[in-house]
Formats: sequence, structure tokens, C-alpha cells
Amino acid sequence: MVDINLSEAEKRYIIDGVKLGIRADGRGPLDYRELELETGVLDTANGSARVRLHRTDVLVTVKMELEPPAPARPNHGKLLFFVNYSGNAAPEFEGRGGDELAARLSGVLERLYSDANAFNTAGLVLVPGKYVKAFYVDVEVLECGGNLFDVVSVGVKAALYATRTPSITITGEDGGELEFNLSDNPYDVDRLDVVNAPVLITHLRVSEGATVVDPSIEEEQCAPVSVVVGVAPNSSICAVHLLGPGTIGPQTLQKALKGSSTLGADIHVRLLAKLKQEENFQGRRIRGFLG
Amino acid sequence: MEIQLASECPPQEALIAPTASAHTRLVTPGEVIYEDTSYMRGHGTYMEDGKQIASVAGYVTQVNRLVTVTPLRQLYQGAVGDTIVGRVTQVGGGRWKLNVNSRLDAELKLVNVQLPGGEQRRKNVEDERGMRNLLSEGALVCVEVQKVGQDGILRLAARTTKFGKLGQGVLVQVSPSLLVQDKQRMHDLPCGARVIFGANGYIFVSPTCDQDQALSYTDNYEEVGLEVRQTMARLSNCIRALSKHSIMLSPTSVMAAHDASLQLDIAVKDLLKGDVMRDIAIATLQSVADS
Repeated sequence: MVDINLSEAEKRYIIDGVKLGIRADGRGPLDYRELELETGVLDTANGSARVRLHRTDVLVTVKMELEPPAPARPNHGKLLFFVNYSGNAAPEFEGRGGDELAARLSGVLERLYSDANAFNTAGLVLVPGKYVKAFYVDVEVLECGGNLFDVVSVGVKAALYATRTPSITITGEDGGELEFNLSDNPYDVDRLDVVNAPVLITHLRVSEGATVVDPSIEEEQCAPVSVVVGVAPNSSICAVHLLGPGTIGPQTLQKALKGSSTLGADIHVRLLAKLKQEENFQGRRIRGFLG
Repeated sequence: MEIQLASECPPQEALIAPTASAHTRLVTPGEVIYEDTSYMRGHGTYMEDGKQIASVAGYVTQVNRLVTVTPLRQLYQGAVGDTIVGRVTQVGGGRWKLNVNSRLDAELKLVNVQLPGGEQRRKNVEDERGMRNLLSEGALVCVEVQKVGQDGILRLAARTTKFGKLGQGVLVQVSPSLLVQDKQRMHDLPCGARVIFGANGYIFVSPTCDQDQALSYTDNYEEVGLEVRQTMARLSNCIRALSKHSIMLSPTSVMAAHDASLQLDIAVKDLLKGDVMRDIAIATLQSVADS
């Protein structure tokens, strides 16, 4: 994504290191860097989360609307993803530069959440065939330091977990139009069940048989192709997406999928634990962007 | 994957205050420092309407009647005789353009480079055409600042065997204000790695090798061993930890950080965590103060 030029010798050093099992910063092939998470950073959205991993900074917001359902699915709510690469993230994203990548990421997120096991849209119906809850998930990439897919997927899950919508009751009918009442009580809220929502894990294929997780910007310069794997909390693989020009051999792919399975389950356990911990923090001060 | 909540992170406190005065005064560009014209203007200030105004964001230092503003973060200004590390961005026209963390790309003329196999050989047309074989885009070089041009462009030279193309290794980028003044910039550290402390903030960590082999223009793709890689990863992570806490970088401080990390039994990849970096910084300050 972001291009920095490396010398041939530096690239050789990085590639040899991956083959030997020790990356340039000492990590192993399945080691992530430290991720920082905060939910509830925006008051204007029903749910929000900001995730930072080294120099990658992503803001995810969730807003709810009441809409008629999609004609083909009258008994389901909606979950829609919009990704925007801010011009601040990298020079090449200025104007419409980031649109192609954004479309790719939105597509992957939609596929990830399309299965009923991941996210159940059947429970979002207010009046079957007439009014359903539509959740618009907006992802804003503030700074691009590599490994966007993983960070965004964690942000989306966190933002959806933190989403609170006022509970809605139908009070009556007035000339064919339904009347709704939105609860004023800040504790009378509905939440979303995202316990089974998957996360993405990006494997950069450095050479045959050697992939690394959470590639740094320097590592991304050494290899063009990576595979993004969607993993559910029960370790099952729910999405596989090839990123970049190139090929991945079947053995390398198998190894990457196996590694993602165990790693993914671990990530889910940690993420849920941290989200619960943050929720139970009484009197939490929002650090936001200036803290 | 380690996930940290923003509410868990303690607010970042500076470990050391800038030297000179007990009461540090921070100013921003445009802020009036003194309304007295009797003070002498130093770097970082200018006079307007009889008032002394700061032109950079930094802290005010005063020596007798000389008032200067030292910026907190700055680009490399350039000084004649400095040894720096640069990355080639453009090739052609009898010179290379290098990125040296300055306002503009620096210039390295072909005539100022000592070609392999010949002391003061006259450069001919073939040499000019073959520039790309010596250094292509992305190559890292260790050079000397010959002249600081009026326009701010640095004129560089690689006239002795000390300078030239850099081979396998890791580049760490820090602020130039963190480098101590040192005549000798290339150090073979006792832990078994070579570090070049470029005055422009580009620090290059590489394995030790013989002097004449070190900076030739041919690429050495000999595989670097596991032990050396561990040391190099540890050193580069220590440098990043020190730079994050604004500690001056020198062979002594870097070795102190390296030894502290070994003493505290910290794994190389754990040096990427925020709290571990802080511990290393504190340990380094202590050991540097003790010695």
C-alpha cells in the first residue's frame, strides 16, 4: 500500500530472516505487534471504536437507520460497510486514489459478515417486510502503516460490540403509517450479538513455505502477494482472500490456514476479554484523539 | 496478539526534561517571546514590530542576552563534515539524488564518488551510463556532507573507502536531534554488530565484516547467521525504545540499553511493547548516570 523503497540487500536480509524464523524486529512468523483499542470515542454514532497497531490508525463508526428491507430478504435487517481511505493516511490516497482499495476492503467485510453464523440479521426486524434496522458501518483509515485488513476487522467487531441503540416500540397506527417510540432511558438499550463475528488475519507470503503474520511496512516491500484469512471464534475458517499479484502454493496456503485457525481463536478470546473489561470500567475517561 | 485498552495506558510522561533552565518555556510559531529589543536573536526567532517572535515550536533557551528557540522535532539541517546515511531516490545526469531526512533531497555527484578499482580515475561517459550499476533507486549509502548549498540542498561525497554502498542490515529512523556529536560515526559494538549513527538520524545496524568488504559497490548476499540476527534485532529495538523516550543515542547509551535488556531477561520481540520500552529507557538513563 504505502511504498517505501528498500535496497536489494535489505530485502535479502528480511527474506532470509523469515526463512530462518526470526524477523527483522525479532518477532516469529505468528507474532503480532501491540494493538491499542478504545471504544465509544464518538458521541454522534451509535457505536464507535478506534484501533491502532504501530502506525496504522483506523476509526470505525456504526449508525443505525430504520428502513424498508431489501426486496429479496424481507425478514432480515441490513449491515452495510463503507470504507474510506483518508488522504492523510498516505499520499497516494489523495482524491480518489484510495477508492479501489476501499472497495476491495468493503467487499471482504461484507463477505465476512454475510453468513448467519457470523452475524444474524434476522433479529433486526421491527415490522416484517416493512421496517428493519439497518446498520451502516463506516471505516475511516486515518493512517496507513501496513496490515490494514486485520486492524479494520478488529475495529469493526469492537465497534459493533460497543453499539447501543435505543429500544424501539410501536405505539400505534395513524392512517396506514406506523408510529414508533424511541426510549429516552439511556439504560434501555439494545445491543448487537457479535460474539461469533470473525476477524481477519493477513499472511504475507515471503517465499514458498514461509508466511508471516502482521507484516511491517518493510516486509510488505519484499513480497507482493498475501492471503487474508477470516477466522471465527470457534477456529473455523470462514473467508480466504488473495491480495496482490502472485501465487501461493497449496502447501504454503495449508500452513497459513492452519496457523490462522489457532491464532484466530486466541485473538477472539483476548478481544472479547478486553471489550468486557472496558465495558465494566466505571467512570472511564475517553482518551480519544487528544489524550 | 496483545491488545491494550487506551484507558489502561498511563499518560505518557517525559522521562527527561530539556536541559538549560529549570523553568522550561514552550512556545509555538508566532508566539511573542520578549517585547524587548535589547535581546539578541538566536536560531528559531525573528523580529517583527520590535517584538521577538518564535518561528519554530520548541523551548526557549537563554544565554545572557542571546535568546534561541530549540525545536522539539526537526529535519536534518546539515553540517559540513557530518557522516550521514541516505537512500537513493533518483539516478542520472551525472549525479544521484538522496533522501537524507532534510528539507530537500541531497545531491551526490559521480565525480565525488571513489569508484571501485581506481583511486582518482577520471569519470568518462561509460561511467555515467553505468551509474545505475553502482547505486540504483532504493540503495542505502554512507556519505559525507561536503557543502551545504545556499538553497538548502546538501552536496555529498564518498571520497574514501570509509564511505559507499551499504549492504545487508536494518535502517532505523530517528530524529536528528537525538544524535550526539561524534567524530567517529561507525562503531563495531562489542555485542557483535556494526552500527552507523548517521548525523541525519538514519541509523544503520549491520553485521560486522572486514573493512574493505564493508563498503564496496557489489552486493554481498551471504546469509547472515541466527546469532547475529538476534543481536541486530535487539539493538534496533533498543534504539527505537530510546528514541521514543527522547534519550540521546550514542554507542554508550545503545550498549547500555542492550545490556539492560539482557540483564532483565527480555526477549527480543518483547522490546516492541510500550511498557517494556519504558523500562529499558529508565534502565538506560540510570546506567548512563551511574557511569
